[in-house]
Amino acid sequence: MTTPAAVSVRWRLRQPSVIPGFGLTLGFSLAYLTLIILIPLAGLVWRSASLSGAEFLAILTDPRTLHALKVSFGTAFVAALINVVFGVVVAWAIVRYTFPGRRIVDAIVDLPFALPTAVAGIALAALYAPNGWIGVLLGYAGIKAAFNPTGIVIALVFIGLPFVVRTVQPVMEEIDREVEEAAATLGANRFQTVFRVLLPGLAPAILTGFALAFARGVGEYGSVIFIAGNIPYVSEIAPLLIVVRLEEFNYAAATAIASIMLALAFLMLLVINLIQAWSRRRYSHGA
Amino acid sequence: MDVSVRNIRKEFDRYPALNDVSLDIRSGELIALLGPSGSGKTTLLRLIAGLEQPTLGSIFFGAEDASHKSVQERHVGFVFQHYALFRHMTLADNIAFGLTVRARHERPPKAEIRRRVDELLDMVHLSGLGKRYPNQLSGGQRQRVALARAMAIEPRVLLLDEPFGALDAKVRKELRRWLREFHDRTGHTTVFVTHDQEEALELADRVVVMSQGRIEQVGSSDDVYDRPNSPFVFSFIGDSASLPVTVAEGGIRFQGEAIGIAPGPDDVAVGEGTLFFRPQDVVLVTDPAVPALEGRVATSRRLAGTRIADIDIGTPERPHHVEIEIPLDANAANGAAIRFRPTRWKLFGA
Amino acid sequence: MAHETRRFRSPTTEAPLARYALMALAFLFLALFLILPLAAVFIEAFRKGVGAFLAAFGDPDTLAAIRLTLLVAVIAVPLNLVFGVAAAWAIAKFEFKGKAFLTTLIDLPFSVSPVISGLVYVLLFGSASVLGPWLKSHGIEILFAVPGIVLATIFVTFPFVARELIPLMQEQGTGDEEAALSLGASGWQTFRYVTLPNIRWGLLYGVLLCNARAMGEFGAVSVVSGRIRGLTNTMPLHVEILYNEYNFVAAFAVASLLAGLALVTLVVKTLLELRYGAEIAAGRKH
Repeated sequence: MTTPAAVSVRWRLRQPSVIPGFGLTLGFSLAYLTLIILIPLAGLVWRSASLSGAEFLAILTDPRTLHALKVSFGTAFVAALINVVFGVVVAWAIVRYTFPGRRIVDAIVDLPFALPTAVAGIALAALYAPNGWIGVLLGYAGIKAAFNPTGIVIALVFIGLPFVVRTVQPVMEEIDREVEEAAATLGANRFQTVFRVLLPGLAPAILTGFALAFARGVGEYGSVIFIAGNIPYVSEIAPLLIVVRLEEFNYAAATAIASIMLALAFLMLLVINLIQAWSRRRYSHGA
Repeated sequence: MDVSVRNIRKEFDRYPALNDVSLDIRSGELIALLGPSGSGKTTLLRLIAGLEQPTLGSIFFGAEDASHKSVQERHVGFVFQHYALFRHMTLADNIAFGLTVRARHERPPKAEIRRRVDELLDMVHLSGLGKRYPNQLSGGQRQRVALARAMAIEPRVLLLDEPFGALDAKVRKELRRWLREFHDRTGHTTVFVTHDQEEALELADRVVVMSQGRIEQVGSSDDVYDRPNSPFVFSFIGDSASLPVTVAEGGIRFQGEAIGIAPGPDDVAVGEGTLFFRPQDVVLVTDPAVPALEGRVATSRRLAGTRIADIDIGTPERPHHVEIEIPLDANAANGAAIRFRPTRWKLFGA
Repeated sequence: MAHETRRFRSPTTEAPLARYALMALAFLFLALFLILPLAAVFIEAFRKGVGAFLAAFGDPDTLAAIRLTLLVAVIAVPLNLVFGVAAAWAIAKFEFKGKAFLTTLIDLPFSVSPVISGLVYVLLFGSASVLGPWLKSHGIEILFAVPGIVLATIFVTFPFVARELIPLMQEQGTGDEEAALSLGASGWQTFRYVTLPNIRWGLLYGVLLCNARAMGEFGAVSVVSGRIRGLTNTMPLHVEILYNEYNFVAAFAVASLLAGLALVTLVVKTLLELRYGAEIAAGRKH
């Protein structure tokens, strides 16, 4: 006869529930994930482990690799920054203002999500090439926006916008109007209310949006390679370098670069989770 | 600071939330806007604050017409039901906010701001907690911070919108007492909105009873309780019972029968009306020769030192129902016949 | 005593000038970065007239690419649908250790470059890998053939359905299902008659998005496909080939099909929200 105490002390893998299907659904999900993700990733890890430390370092410090990484991370950073500024403006307009076509504008924000990257790639290339519509206009101002990092930034701004807007939007919708009114009763003008009361409250969401847009931008391929020009040491992005190395059958180099990018991707995910945990601790049980 | 509300009308999409409301608030008094939801009390408070604009009418602060002024210019302190504290700021920063957003030439030096913040924290009994964040406090504590924050700007008027509505009963009682003390100490003109009549009657110097966008009565707690001037006020404040009656031959009759009372000097003289009285203002009539209201006990329940009886009164075609207090030794068995008459009442016209 | 309303501004909004400026800024930004590229696709596709546009689809390689894209979608999307529902069920209806790990795993493809998504399969199945020689000896082609493309597509698109369903089902909680079970329904009945109706709009949108991405995936597929014209080219890859051959009209013509699909996805989403917005919101706040 088991005593109740003994049963409850046993370490719980999961809490009991009357709802059926746990084994089935979890089992299937895990199997699927293992097959699709874990095994292939394991292959990558195994492959990069087979490189010695010295080989690894050599690949990494190869000037072309370093440059590709710099281009990828640099352009992603700038693009994410631009998206933060304009993404917040767009989200604000959608959430706080009413105007004809608001729903359409809201839907359009998802376009980069739904549009294939190659399609975006050739469209942007056509627009910003020296003989494209915008390329010509910029040409008059002496600005070149294609076949250089500028073009890459433009493509990444397109790609990353929904990440910022969709992360910030729900938080904006939850803004307590009374907090704004309180600031006004205390004498703050609109500018002070927005910058000292509202935006700081949005900071975690903005940071998260930035991180997501940044992470996405670093790995972006299809929408970039048409407008970038792909000139090594100038506008070659890291994912493209991986493809180049693959076509050279230089699996070691491809693997090494991929490992770095993966490691950095995990780092970004960690940062995002930390931001969210911190903000939950600081701001939850709202005032 | 006196506040004067003159002929205010406020429409939301044509719906009149306030209809020709006028009120004079005396400097230094603690006044309650009391009424059920939809009565317009919160709207009136927000109009005084400048958070909304009246459709018609004006608002005076002292001798100055403040109707055109923005909420920032009116210099009022507003406390919200759900505190509206700035979550990302410490308590000290919250309280100091009103001072730090002032234009440079009006802003006190940092040391002065800090001193005032500490003083206010002491005043609301939260000394030393300046570095905490709102989510680390209880509801009652947060409301005290909200009050301190509003006081920091030395407002002309203090406005509180159902300040204790989000707190549980015990905290509410404590804070009520505390607010009264606070007001007595600081002497600010204070207007607060509540739907809880106990709160209004206990706290306020004067009570403004509102219903459906109009002011029904303004007076002290005793005024509105003992001398209600309308059926609404009578039934809203305290417990009440009411019966349709006619006035004839100098007496008040219920369904044709005399019930042993006659209209007083300020009751309506003849015709139909409604008789209002409180359950505790009745006396049982044992002498069958004396006219009285007659009915049967439907149910009864014990309440502290007395008993409340639910009485069925009237004919089967026009049945009525009142609750009265009866002495513990009276026969309150279900179905028992009972005869009573009110000792204090008010008669309102139909 | 009426007062001018023009001087009054609600404390929760900006001055009209600021408002218009912000709206203009938002519109201009969206027009420049989002709408213009979209418009460019269609304009370039029809630059030489409708005839040239239609001619692009007469090319057998193009048709093969379209067929392959459809085939891949038809396999990948239903599989991902089943996975999405299963994973969302496990995560939303139960409490268990390691849930956070599972959710992170599901979010993985979003943080990983599509090129890397393809690379991992090359490393797994390529000729230089452990499995490579074994596959070759058995005549099984994964890379540079349809199976590889399907796998890579699944990798990149499987989160979509799950990510739509998980928060939705989490918000809906377990109350409805428990009620159904207490009334005697079996697990499958509960799912079919109680859960499914509750999640149908999230499910539909997740499937739409998954499909749009599956048909449009470029980077991952580019690595595993070998780009053999007529055999292992999907539509996005074919667009790239046409573009690099300076066959712009054809490239944009094929691209416009994909862009059209994206537009349909967005329109359906908007319509869903318009017609069922209240229902969706109610379904969320169960």
